[in-house]
Amino acid sequence: MAEAALSVDGLEVRYGAVPAVRDVSFEVAKGEIVGLIGPNGAGKSTTLHAIMGLVAAQSGAVKIAGTQLLGRSPEAIARSGVGLVPEGRRIFADFTVEENLRLGLAARRGPRGRRSLSGAYELFPVLHEFRRRPAGVLSGGQQQQLAIARALVAQPDVLLLDEPSLGLAPSLVDDVFAALADIRDGGFAVLLVEQRAQRTVALADRTHVLANGELRLTLGPGDADDTEKMVAAYLAG
Amino acid sequence: MIVVAAVDAQTLADAVGLGAIYALMAVGIGLVFGVLRLVNFAYGQLIMAGAYTLAFTAHWRVVWSIVACVIVVVALSLAMERAVFRPLRGASPAVMLVTTFAIAFMLQAVALLVDIRDNTIGEVATSIAPLNQAITVGGVEVRKITIVAVVVAAVALGLLALLLLRTTIGLHMRAAAADFPTAQMLGVQANRVIAFAVLLSGLLAATVSVLLTVQFPFVGPDFALRETIVVLVGVVVGGIDRLWTATLGGFLIGFATGVINGALPTEQTVFLPSAVFGLVILVLLLRPAGLFAWGRPAVERV
Repeated sequence: MAEAALSVDGLEVRYGAVPAVRDVSFEVAKGEIVGLIGPNGAGKSTTLHAIMGLVAAQSGAVKIAGTQLLGRSPEAIARSGVGLVPEGRRIFADFTVEENLRLGLAARRGPRGRRSLSGAYELFPVLHEFRRRPAGVLSGGQQQQLAIARALVAQPDVLLLDEPSLGLAPSLVDDVFAALADIRDGGFAVLLVEQRAQRTVALADRTHVLANGELRLTLGPGDADDTEKMVAAYLAG
Repeated sequence: MIVVAAVDAQTLADAVGLGAIYALMAVGIGLVFGVLRLVNFAYGQLIMAGAYTLAFTAHWRVVWSIVACVIVVVALSLAMERAVFRPLRGASPAVMLVTTFAIAFMLQAVALLVDIRDNTIGEVATSIAPLNQAITVGGVEVRKITIVAVVVAAVALGLLALLLLRTTIGLHMRAAAADFPTAQMLGVQANRVIAFAVLLSGLLAATVSVLLTVQFPFVGPDFALRETIVVLVGVVVGGIDRLWTATLGGFLIGFATGVINGALPTEQTVFLPSAVFGLVILVLLLRPAGLFAWGRPAVERV
């Protein structure tokens, strides 16, 4: 495996006395997708939120290219090269599509001219077509594309996605997953939190199964068609 | 409409002028509310500080007097943010509101201490008072300050709209006002956005200081206090969660105040606040969410 773009080591998160994430460790390298699946309340989203600085971790380390992120604010973490596609997309519905993308440039470390949006428009041509329309008029699938593009224009080293397929029709889920494969090929390190276990296992280079806040097992793409293994993964908790 | 018909063109012109000044105050309050969710009751004391600066520098050349006013108000505004608003960020709205009350009273007390040194309360800011003279426009007597106030407000609001809609910092401010956590997650710098909003708000307060002292050159510790209360009410009536509705609310309450003031017989102007606030109660009974709150359907896109 290549040098890790993102490494999570011994991560512990508690909500009051309740442990949500317990001693979770994994790595994501450039050009690979790592999946994180598990039942509701397993700690998937909490892990993402801890990486992004949205919740405080009690102990452990989250490093991007060797730099510790824990204890920094979300805005500082975004500016250090971590992009989050949040659950529910969180796009600015009253702003135009292009304004939403320009907001993504806030965390970009390089030049921020209009041309820096061209890559996003190439990946999702529909966004270019609707760039002057309010983002709220886009369909759910298009809004998801916008949320992904908005994270990408910052050119993060690591892209975190929190259930990007949630609430989307099956055909739109195909589009999102196809886009994720393209993004991986573009050299980004991708951490994908998903409910759709089988799709995620098939797409990701590795998929970790979380239950009760702990990593229970790791699946490879070949395991996607192994129904017994998939069911066992979910019942592991 | 009957009331409007009953007043003359001069009253209407004055009402528009007052509305313009109140609109500027509403924007100043609304900008800070947008990024901090804080209703700054001490906004009037920023204007008061500017008015005192104009009074104390009345013997200077007008332009330097205005420059001093801008510097004092903006510095005070930024100091307020750094010393009080920033540590309180994320506190409950009630805590923040009460704190701004405390700042307001403190600044009034400081003003009194500074003012009383010559054994009189109140100073006179006369350097720009000549703007209060009237000129005749199309047979109507209009005070120069009314024209100046309307032009200045239009230019200031136009520039602000350009800044908010066309620049990156403006985009970041709008995003922070709409959904601050998501904006920060995207790398929008909270301190920068808030400081910029406070700076703009201070510039507007300084502008209002200049416009108000022309009409009310007698400056005391309670300068702009009544206006601030009325504008805050106007902002709530308009809908504080959106800048343009807050601004329109500020303008309308200023305009209504001017019109009612003109319509009331001179010996009954003491009833002006009662009439204005009675109107406010009526509006809020009919439209509790604000005058311009149109229900937006909550649609989850799939």
